[in-house]
Amino acid sequence: MRARAIRDSANGLTRASTPAPLKPTAVPLLNVQDLRTHFHTRNGIYRAVDGVSFSVERGETLGIVGESGSGKSVTCYSIMGLIPQPPGRIVSGTALFDGIDLLNCSPRQARSIRGKRVSMIFQDPMTSLNPFLRVSEQIIEPLLIHENISRPDALERALTMLEAVGINDAAKRIHYYPHEFSGGMRQRVMIAMALITKPELLIADEPTTALDVTVQAQILELIGKMQRELGMAVIFITHDLGVVSGLCDRVQVMYAGRIVETADTRTLFKTPRHPYTRALQRSIPALQSKGAELYTIPGLPPDVSKNIPGCAFAPRCEFATDLCTAANPELVAIDATHAQACLRVQANETLACS
Amino acid sequence: MSEPILQLNDVKTHFPITRGFLVKRHIGTVKAVDGVNLTVRRGEVLGLVGESGCGKSTLARTILQLVPTTGGTVVLNGRNLATSSARELLAARRDLQMVFQDPYASLNPRMTVFATLAEPLLVHRVCAPADVAARVAELMRLVGLAPRFMQKYPHEFSGGQRQRIAIARALALEPKVIVADEPVSALDVSIQAQILNLLAQLTKKMNLTLIFIAHDLSVVKHISDRVAVMYLGKIVELGLAADVIERPRHPYTRALVSAIPTPNPDTERTRQRIVLAGDPPSPINPPAGCAFHPRCAYAQAQCKLAAPPLVDDGPTREVACVRLADLP
Repeated sequence: MRARAIRDSANGLTRASTPAPLKPTAVPLLNVQDLRTHFHTRNGIYRAVDGVSFSVERGETLGIVGESGSGKSVTCYSIMGLIPQPPGRIVSGTALFDGIDLLNCSPRQARSIRGKRVSMIFQDPMTSLNPFLRVSEQIIEPLLIHENISRPDALERALTMLEAVGINDAAKRIHYYPHEFSGGMRQRVMIAMALITKPELLIADEPTTALDVTVQAQILELIGKMQRELGMAVIFITHDLGVVSGLCDRVQVMYAGRIVETADTRTLFKTPRHPYTRALQRSIPALQSKGAELYTIPGLPPDVSKNIPGCAFAPRCEFATDLCTAANPELVAIDATHAQACLRVQANETLACS
Repeated sequence: MSEPILQLNDVKTHFPITRGFLVKRHIGTVKAVDGVNLTVRRGEVLGLVGESGCGKSTLARTILQLVPTTGGTVVLNGRNLATSSARELLAARRDLQMVFQDPYASLNPRMTVFATLAEPLLVHRVCAPADVAARVAELMRLVGLAPRFMQKYPHEFSGGQRQRIAIARALALEPKVIVADEPVSALDVSIQAQILNLLAQLTKKMNLTLIFIAHDLSVVKHISDRVAVMYLGKIVELGLAADVIERPRHPYTRALVSAIPTPNPDTERTRQRIVLAGDPPSPINPPAGCAFHPRCAYAQAQCKLAAPPLVDDGPTREVACVRLADLP
């Protein structure tokens, strides 16, 4: 399992021009290649996602971390077909889900996958549930659309699902409206709704950011449990490195619409190579001794409406040289599981922190 | 040890729940803050943590008298703010200022940075009108903003810069106490580090007393000298920051600390986590006795009888749990 993940991520990185004739079992569940999602606005073109390639294995948990505006949500919204077009435009890229290109297939084909085999949970359960409908209606909706099932049977499944996500007294509460649930309970309802079709891939976009830590612990536990039961793959978007470390098999770090580093979780925390990943780790209090001055990344994240020459992190990077703004860095594999996009690291220079 | 600057004695802030349009009937009370005793010393950074709804923001607002106190006293520099007149409060706020969570909402979008920072100076007449510009420039430099941005509006700044403006506004009157309500929660990690460094540096430089509210325990541990943990309107544990977070005593603090994911893949996967069942109870109808007992793994019959007071547990720690002696 792990070995397969390694091989495929390495394949993804070299961007093989001809797809390797792999055995069906070796095909990753989701393979995104060179995804570019731009937003055309009056103020220019925002390159929210600018050349992102990655793959997700069956049953694997992939973490995507980055600050706001780094393109981590837009990447997943593009895969789910949730980008409003216009102003958004998927300029290039493919997203092969089990051999079907979600970005370029017929709408009918995409609909048969999205919401059934791939589903998504969102950050804010209050705004992503319809306040006018009872949760029962909302939970069975994907079933009624995707499966040939009668309403009573669908309700039966919804009830089982609500119990599985840990809602007590589900038989009564299934007929409640969203406002009658607390934040953590609403997120459980969202998870029940996303998982009722037994998806093969769950995309979770900051599902615990709006919740308290004690409730966050419950929800993370729940996602892990459902993943083990259903054997699904999970893409977990977050900005919290702590959440990633406990949950994810592999992590990729995004900055300004590009992936700057990807590695298995342990490697990323133990031996981060890209200066941005290292700076992030030095700036969180949890990894520093108490009271010590935190490392601060100077400046601001770049304006993605401007064309950024070379490495997007170069203006804020303590190691940047003229070369960094001249050449475009590509993700290059360090070893089988680890790849990063810093030119100086790729040139085997040692970058010692100040 | 320095002298106490702010003392809260049995502070209560209750909000009535009424029903009816013309004839308002009183149908219940939200006991947002329910009997808080706290002494804050000069130059100290006190962290205040707890889940949402535990009353930490209401406590902050009560200290500043932004909401009326139901009972108890808030004593700043020997003066009880809870019974002060509006005029006395205005004067007291020269020593007591607040920084809010959301720098997008707490700055007036129609006021330039100059107008925002000049307002407290003019209201309190601490500065001759001719000197205001110089003082505003000084404040901006203090928080790491270039004075040439003085005539810009809040929307022209990023979240971190806006929070710097909000901090500069709070510092304008050179207060003795600043209450910061989740000042870094809305910010990205790289920006959060900048604001934390700034707050730490300013408190040291100006001998400020800071009451720092956050839900992120690693942030609180980093910046605070002492930490108070709140649950349902009461303080359940109080002690030195590193002690409370590394060796929590109260069952609730233990659960809270263990719920926090740590950015270390090795320990994170193996450590034993206490996952609390259910949500915090409603402050309208809190459980009898210790408010935490329905979720507590150590609860016994006696916990349902009376709310436990904060009692000393060693020289620097206070814990509100009757079963403290029996806890492992």
